[in-house]
This record gives sequence, C-alpha cells and structure tokens, in this order.
Amino acid sequence: MRSIQEINEKIKKKEAVVITKEELLALAEEKSSRQLLEEIDVVTTATFGPMCSSGIYFNIGHTSPKIKLGGGKVTLNNVPAYAAFAAADLFLGASALPEDGPRNSVYPGKFSYGGGHIIEDLVAGKDIVLEAFTYGTDCYPRRSLQSYVNIKDLNEANLFNIRNAYQNYNVAVNSSSRIIYTYMGMLRPEFGNATFSSAGCLSPLLCDPYFRHIGIGTRLFLGGGVGYVVWWGTQFNASPPRSDKGVPQEAGGSIAVIGDLKQMSKEFIRGASIQGYGVSLAVGIGVALPLTDEETLKYLLVKDEDIYAPVVDYAYDYPNRREKVLAKVSYRDLKSGRIILKGKEIPASSFSSLRKARQIMKELKEWIKEGRFLLTEKVGDFPRTGHAPRPFKERPL
Amino acid sequence: MITKRIVLRFPKEMVDRAVVWRLAKDFNLEFNILKAEVSPAEEGILVLELKGKDDDYQRGVDYLKKSGVKIQLLSEDIVLDHQHCVDCGLCVALCPTQALRYDSESLQVEFFQEKCLACGICIGVCPYKAITISF
Repeated sequence: MRSIQEINEKIKKKEAVVITKEELLALAEEKSSRQLLEEIDVVTTATFGPMCSSGIYFNIGHTSPKIKLGGGKVTLNNVPAYAAFAAADLFLGASALPEDGPRNSVYPGKFSYGGGHIIEDLVAGKDIVLEAFTYGTDCYPRRSLQSYVNIKDLNEANLFNIRNAYQNYNVAVNSSSRIIYTYMGMLRPEFGNATFSSAGCLSPLLCDPYFRHIGIGTRLFLGGGVGYVVWWGTQFNASPPRSDKGVPQEAGGSIAVIGDLKQMSKEFIRGASIQGYGVSLAVGIGVALPLTDEETLKYLLVKDEDIYAPVVDYAYDYPNRREKVLAKVSYRDLKSGRIILKGKEIPASSFSSLRKARQIMKELKEWIKEGRFLLTEKVGDFPRTGHAPRPFKERPL
Repeated sequence: MITKRIVLRFPKEMVDRAVVWRLAKDFNLEFNILKAEVSPAEEGILVLELKGKDDDYQRGVDYLKKSGVKIQLLSEDIVLDHQHCVDCGLCVALCPTQALRYDSESLQVEFFQEKCLACGICIGVCPYKAITISF
C-alpha cells in the first residue's frame, strides 16, 4: 500500500519506478503480485485512434476596428466553425466539413479535408485562412474579416474532447451482399472482414475498469501535451455487462478531456479521412496509473485474452439500432489479425495504432521518471450505477 | 492465368503507331485501359490491366519492349509513406494479395511491392492518406 502523495514525492526526487503496461505484463510472467506491488510505483497505459467527439476552442484576439464573430458566420480553410460565443471565441469540431464539399455524393466519399485536418494543421504550425461575415454593432462595427491565422498568435487554443478513449468497443462486420463503408472502415460483404478500434489491454480505461483512479481532475498525456479529465464522456455507461474479472464487455465508460493545443504535436494529433463516412481526429491519450494497492494491480494485469468485444452487424443491426451481438471475440484473436465468426475464419484489422500507444506509454514513462509529470488524486467520481445511454425519444410534431 | 497492372510509356516517335491492339490479336491478352494520356508529339502514358496465360503475358510484354515501349509494374508507383502512416493496420486485412502485412513485434505495417496488384483498395481505405499512387 502506498499513497499517491508518496508516489509523487518519489517522482519529484526522480526515484519513482515507472514501467509501461507492456513491461508490466512481461514482468508478471516472472514475478509475484507481491513483488510487483513492492517494486513498481507507476504503470503507463495508452491508446491512439480516431475519436470523432473531439474539437478545439480558441480565441483569435480583437481586430481593429473590432468584429463580433458570435452570431456571425465563420469558416476556417472553408470549413465552418461554430461562432456562437463572445466576439473573439470560436469552436471547431473534428467532423466539420466544407460546405461545398462533395461529401458522399460521389460514393464512397473521400472526405479529404475537414475539422480534424484543420486541427492537425494548426498543431503543425500551418497558417489557416479565416473568413468571417457578421452584423455590425456600436461596439463591434466591423462586418467582415479575411485573414491568415496561426496557432502561435491565438490567445488560447485548447483541445476539448467530449467523448474519448472508450473502455471497449464494437467489432464491425457486414452481413449484406455489398461492400459497405462505415466509421469502422470498409466492410466486405458476407462477413468478409472485421474491424475493431480499441487498444485492448493497453487502453487506459480498461486498466482501471471501475474508475478507482481515473475521474474528474485526472492529469493525462493528451496529444503530446499535458491534459486533464474534465468530466465523464457523453453516452457514458456506468454499468456495462462485465466479465468475472470486471472487464466491460461493450463500450462502457469514456472520458471528456481538455488540454493546451499549443503543447501538442502532429505525432499524436492527426486528421483522419474515413472513406464513405466523414472526417475525424485521431488522438493519442496516455494515463499513468499509481500502483497504490493490490486491487489496482489486479485490474492492471488484464490481458488481451481477458477482454472480449461484441461483434455487431453494420449492414442492418447497427443502422437500425437493433442491439444484437453476433458473437464475442477476444482482443488476443483480434490482434492476431484473424477471428472465427460463424465457423469461418475472417481477417480482422484495427483503427487503433498499437505502435503509437506504445510510443505514448514510453513517452509518459519518461516524463514521470524525469519528474516532469505528477500523478493526481481525482477530485470527483464518475457515475457509478444507473447511468446508461438511452436511445433518442422521438416525439412526432 | 495471370492478371497484372502495368504502366506503358511510349516515346514521342511511337505515339502514332498502333501497338496495343496486337496484345489481343497476337497474344490472346485481355486488356483493360485504366488510364491513357496520349497526345501527338509527346510521350504517351498508358496504364493497362492485362489478363491472360502466363506465357502469353510474357510474350506480349516482350513484344511491347521490342517495339520500344518502356514498361513497369503499376505497383512500383505505389508508395507507403511511413511519415504519414500510424501503423493502425486497417489496410492489412483488406489487401487481397497480402502485399501489406503487419509485424506484431515492431507493430508496424510493411509493404511488399512485388506482391502488390495495384488494386488501390488501401489507398481509399487509409484514413491518413499514407498510401499514394502516382503515374
């Protein structure tokens, strides 16, 4: 047993023993739980993949004469931004698309540029074209603005993602007789392939399945910089079906996170074009878990073979909100590239980059070893029970 | 039977000569024109998919080469840019010839050009536009 404060004291003295989740699983082959608990202070976990509910807000500073963007129309590289805050604040979501783009009219659409790419371009230090048209007031007389903007000139630019790092997620297949293009990628007919999108046992929220450590206020690695958990993610499910070991067997919980975009790097913030579907943002998230007690270690030792994901048909069941699970497959099988479905072996591939997850775990480990990143005690809990996503309640007019 | 996608480059002086029709007539090769940029007095580029018996294919290609046409496999124009690739591996399961493979040690995607048919599926599927074709 050790407290987070004790661990932080060791981190400050650069004496903390920090390992990655992969290293923990390797060590667990030769050492007992007791030894692991005694010797290790912190374990880093990570995930990297497209997370559509991501966005940025930023402040451009005041022009002369002043302009009121709030209530006007604003585009960034021809992609509409949300201009409904005060005069100089804007929001841009990862899935935003140019108004005159082809979308899916030439099917399957390429979605070569959108919100996610603008976020990546800003992070990369590229100039972005801002165009604004609005109404004039006595205090904000200017009605239009066309200018380059650059992240270095923005007052604040923050990544603010309302649903990231899902605990677990569907495996997508296609039961129909034609190719379909989904947010889970291209799916071949007659269950020709399967796609998945979790880092499995490396994924932070699967290593703390009951949110004993992760909660409101948790400091984390976000896109190459330091960020924080601000809330639970939208569509949060506090009581997903769980295995004997407590592992959520479907999407489960997620987190809302915030961080300074100016600290982030293109290595871990990437615009994504999903064929036939739209634009997204791939985000790298890393969480360092303090090895405070036996229970923490027990959950941290979860392996890919312990984690099962539901296989869902994206041709009929998913679009029609029929909650049917065709099968359950383990991440050990998914990561091997082949799964067995209906007695047939089919190829499986991933949206989640394990190479990036490994890179993030190592980078976060270095931050902690160098005393640059302290762990946090959460300041608020996520909902524990009774909080589950409900379907839309449609009430015809 | 063999199916290959190849790029043909015709030098200026050959552009007005009828060549490709012989692939069908003399070598029983089925050809499908994927791209053609042929204009008088300029180098011409033709991208073909050829289908036929192995030895017919070989004889047909030899004939083209003897005629002065430069030939290269279309897959040589396909590039996996490791700077852009995040190694998710989404493309790997969709590649019909296993020209894209995932190394579970290095956690990286590898491209084996000699196996590539240049079908182009991976180009559309890659969320990061890390695979490109130029011809």
